[in-house]
Amino acid sequence: MIPVSVTRDDVAHVARLARLAMSEQELDQMHGYFEAILEHFAKLAAVDTEGVEPTSHPLARANVTREDCVTEPMDRTKLLANAPLADGECFLVPQIMEDE
Amino acid sequence: MNDMADDIGLLNRPAHELAALIRSGEISAVAVTEASLARIEALNPTVKAFLTVTPDLALEAAKATDDALARGEELGPLAGVPIAIKDNLCVDGVLCTCASKILDGYRAVYDATVVERVKAVGMPIVGKTNLDEFAMGSSTENSAFFVTHNPWDLSKVPGGSSGGSAAAVAARMAPLALGSDTGGSIRQPASFCGITGLKTTYGRVSRYGLVGYGSSLDQVGALAADCVDAALLTAVIAGQDPRDTTSADVPVPDYVGELTGDVTGLRVGIVRELMGEGIDPEVRESVLTVARALEGMGASTGEASIPHIDYALPVYYLIGPAEASSNLARFDGMRYGHRTKERAADHIEMYSRTRAEGFGPEVKRRIMTGTYALSAGYYDAYYLKAQKVRTLLRLDVEAALGQFDVLLSPTTPLTAFGIGELVNDPIAMYMADICTFAANLAGVPGLSVPCGFTKAGLPIGAQFTGRAFEEGTILRVGDAYQRATSHHTSLPGLLGAGG
Repeated sequence: MIPVSVTRDDVAHVARLARLAMSEQELDQMHGYFEAILEHFAKLAAVDTEGVEPTSHPLARANVTREDCVTEPMDRTKLLANAPLADGECFLVPQIMEDE
Repeated sequence: MNDMADDIGLLNRPAHELAALIRSGEISAVAVTEASLARIEALNPTVKAFLTVTPDLALEAAKATDDALARGEELGPLAGVPIAIKDNLCVDGVLCTCASKILDGYRAVYDATVVERVKAVGMPIVGKTNLDEFAMGSSTENSAFFVTHNPWDLSKVPGGSSGGSAAAVAARMAPLALGSDTGGSIRQPASFCGITGLKTTYGRVSRYGLVGYGSSLDQVGALAADCVDAALLTAVIAGQDPRDTTSADVPVPDYVGELTGDVTGLRVGIVRELMGEGIDPEVRESVLTVARALEGMGASTGEASIPHIDYALPVYYLIGPAEASSNLARFDGMRYGHRTKERAADHIEMYSRTRAEGFGPEVKRRIMTGTYALSAGYYDAYYLKAQKVRTLLRLDVEAALGQFDVLLSPTTPLTAFGIGELVNDPIAMYMADICTFAANLAGVPGLSVPCGFTKAGLPIGAQFTGRAFEEGTILRVGDAYQRATSHHTSLPGLLGAGG
């Protein structure tokens, strides 16, 4: 059964799951978009998929393995250069817990 | 290279001719690269195809090619030919933004496999091209930085998401470009910009170093002036890669060798569902002239059918966003990219603000629908259902390709639309890709070739869809058609009298 409607609260819940902060106005707009795109999704209900296997991937490959070998790690300085905040050895993140 | 007229004449040649001139020593790779950089300097302020230009990287590679030639080394078929790279492919040390604020200032820390391969054959990389943010869009208007203009009519979009790459090749700022195609993002802009674009079979080309959008759909491919150039570039980038477990263990054929010009006895199926309602009559007529031209060369044509194609849009907009919501979960502001300056109460709030500030509206829409489709209670109704209908669509395509050697259809229902025209109606924008979704969902290759112009002077594209790993066949048909026609050699008026 394909749901055909979604509430604004549902949309707010999905935004929390997706880790996207949204203003009231953005939630309204997203709700409008959901209602419109769900109409298109609802068309799938008309398709008989009884006994049809899902396609998760176009290639029928499974269990691809490789040799477990030691390789050179990437350069730390180079990786830290992209960090919003770093101390030369570690990524730094803001404090999220109060001091004791 | 200050003689602009000379530069224009040079760059209007296809890549294979430029490479031949370089190999014979008639012109240096440095001179060709300087011409490309000069053309970018002259036209990019108007067309806005490039997000980043990399003159030092390009000239260094060009000099290495010239030095190799001077030492008497044998050069590959594209050595010294400049190439533009879509900005969702990593080039070591170069900005890689995916046209998103969340990656503003990010420098790639390694080369994508396809980038490693074009470097290895001596192709100078002249820059990174604009795209719809994270390759999500059909017009390049979803770039967080600026809109790219269609070289044929600057008031029109170049298509998307590889719009920067398509516009760069159409204006011959670079003879070749790499793009990526998840639901039409190489073929649709190639069609809008009057060039040739090939989406390869899923698994044909490594995705290592391509910033992921829909991982069961994404493929990297060539944007080129003609099918010979597309075949040459595909030969460079194709093949198994141990760093991408979804790259296929299938030998890479001699694509250029397959361009025999002979289509005698070839069975061409015209896709009935893509020739009717919703297709612009000028586009339909133009595609029918392709069928007639191929018949004239000894091919047979008939009517093919993909009965489930009406469901391609909902299937694509469930599976693509579901995969995107998972892929884009990595952008959390911790190790790279944008991080909110707001003080957050906890880590969840920090992620949520970072992502809200960093992602644009269309990316948020897709993350949201994808998250919804995968969330508890909806997984079976949406995601699993879409995967099952994907199976039916794949079986349709396989059945049609059992009856015919290639399928012919328009690449896009309409030609390039106006900048701003559809930007506030995302679902109307999605319709621009209704002819291209099926190849990604089925995992088969698709090629767009220019097949004419509208009365208004906008390019029209014809799409050939082939069997898995039979890129050689669709390239052969496209090349045979290009040998008999000249649409692909027409150049935008923008290139001036010298063009």
